[in-house]
Amino acid sequence: MIKGSYPLMGDYKVPIEYLLRHALKVKVISPPPITTKTIEIGSKYSPEFVCTPFKYTLGTMIESIEKGANTIIQFGGGCRYGYYGEVQKQILQDLNYDVIFANLITKGKTSIKRIIKEIKKINPKFSKLKAIYYTFITIKMVEYMDTIDDYIRENIGFEENSGSFEELKFSCLKEFSNIKGYFDLRKKYRYYSKEFEKLKIHKPDNCLKVGIIGELYTIMEPFSNYFLEKTLAKNHIEIKRFTNVHYLLFEKSKKVPKYLKYAKEYIKYPMGADAADNIARTKYLCEENYDGIIHIKSSFCTPEIGAMPIISKIANNYNVPVLFFSFDAATSEVGIKTRLEAFYDMLEMRKTK
Amino acid sequence: MFYYYYIDIWTNFFDYLKIPYIISPKTNEDIIKRGIKVSFDEMCYALKTYLGHVDYLKDKCDYILIPRIDNYKLDNQTCTNFLSAYDIVKNTFNCNILSYNINLDKNETLKKGLLKMGKKLKKTKSEISKAYKFAIDKYNEKQVSEISNNMNKLNSTKTKILIISHPYNIYDGLIGSSIIKYLENNDIAVIYSDKFDSKKMNKLSKEISKDLYFKYSKENIGSLIFSFDKIDGVIFLSAFPCGPDSLANELAFRKIDIPYINLIIDNNQTFTAVETRLESFIDILKGGLND
Repeated sequence: MIKGSYPLMGDYKVPIEYLLRHALKVKVISPPPITTKTIEIGSKYSPEFVCTPFKYTLGTMIESIEKGANTIIQFGGGCRYGYYGEVQKQILQDLNYDVIFANLITKGKTSIKRIIKEIKKINPKFSKLKAIYYTFITIKMVEYMDTIDDYIRENIGFEENSGSFEELKFSCLKEFSNIKGYFDLRKKYRYYSKEFEKLKIHKPDNCLKVGIIGELYTIMEPFSNYFLEKTLAKNHIEIKRFTNVHYLLFEKSKKVPKYLKYAKEYIKYPMGADAADNIARTKYLCEENYDGIIHIKSSFCTPEIGAMPIISKIANNYNVPVLFFSFDAATSEVGIKTRLEAFYDMLEMRKTK
Repeated sequence: MFYYYYIDIWTNFFDYLKIPYIISPKTNEDIIKRGIKVSFDEMCYALKTYLGHVDYLKDKCDYILIPRIDNYKLDNQTCTNFLSAYDIVKNTFNCNILSYNINLDKNETLKKGLLKMGKKLKKTKSEISKAYKFAIDKYNEKQVSEISNNMNKLNSTKTKILIISHPYNIYDGLIGSSIIKYLENNDIAVIYSDKFDSKKMNKLSKEISKDLYFKYSKENIGSLIFSFDKIDGVIFLSAFPCGPDSLANELAFRKIDIPYINLIIDNNQTFTAVETRLESFIDILKGGLND
């Protein structure tokens, strides 16, 4: 019996599990939610100064194996993510865990051939046609989720009944995970986007607007950024975030040349991972009169470190405050809260001036 | 960062074209201080040093040469600092930059890059091509002699240590060269991981890792496999916090069974701390304590 698991990333567990269940016909062991213990386990067995997502994902893998999983699926992207798989496989082996390790993507690129080869390791009898169909549904689901999330981020800070957005999102995800097919998914998406619009909000015209940019894993996995978005929402701030899975998979390759052109007085070449994107976004946020920018990343994220001097230069030119966060396994939550509060107060004061 | 990879090409290229140039001195305290001043504190030690050198040169010349090396095809990418150095310098300093871009995926080769660069300096095409050929020939000549020198050391009767590192760490004026000096004073044959035939090493690295795609890490790992049974110990030397090294070296530790130490250098390090570790490592290798 194949019991598959995968490294966790935010709410995207719903589409991932859907895909694994239907396309690969495996029993999915849902990885336990990330806690401080996860990161402790992860750091214990990780190289010392690897970037933090490595530690998080390794921690989740070990926790899911303890829960009974015997197959791990890793899908790294570009930058260093692409090389996580092989090292993590070796670490798990050295820890005497007997698991099948399927690594779908390396080098930031992949080929159908490689994916099929890796999948055959898990389930030799899987049907390609079905896999394509379910992949399509999953992609659509990700797209719908991202659209809904964008709406939530703009408005959750101003809800009248506190918790109403979160409740609806929760039931929406639950429905999504049990859909019967594409048309069912579309029906549910339409229903829920209407429901979200019906939720009462009280949004002043001159509310504070903050843009969040930075490294992709830290942005998308709420535990790893210490629920930054939630904290901001509590302070009634509208949030703009660019990075989501749909962007990374389908929009990035088209957008990067545009971004480079848009910010050409600052950058000439792409700088690895999302660094160039974030520089252009900084300019965009400044021009659109956002009140502040928060740049988050895991510590030792090399491309973002390279982007930071340029980001702060742009923000200086436009006189927009930037807050840099670097999250590590040992970051204290209270410290982050203090800095966020001070940042918020400062934005507020600038606004009323 | 780029200096030790390309210096032979650059100097010969400019010499042939009769373009005067100055080279910043070997890394010293002053340069590190300048580097720390202009860089962000999370940047890696190598990049800080690099910016220090640029800071030293900024008001001493008309152009500063800052290449950008993107990739040698998809399987041979470089560190992202190599990608971003150009733009970081451009935004940090107010100076004229001379640059070329290597991106074999998009067919931008060294030759094309140097051609463009030469044109900016108002040289004719034929002059530049000749200079390029001259520089490459000289470079290859030196490579051959350095590689054979390195190979000879592998057969030496002394205790042999392979240093796995990037050239900008090991030949660096401050800590890197002190390490070499210390080892040589202790009668040890020092073998450098970057002075092997890079194509062969690149292929060899597949034995340990199929997925690795950082060019320089691949060559380092390849050199380790190549010399594995001929050496007594390995020193991994990396800058804090080096991205590619953090993963590639970890894999090497886990897959290869040989005495090693892992030295990490950053801007607070003094040689004394390194010396203590080197001393005990040499003691272990030579087995002096038990005799």
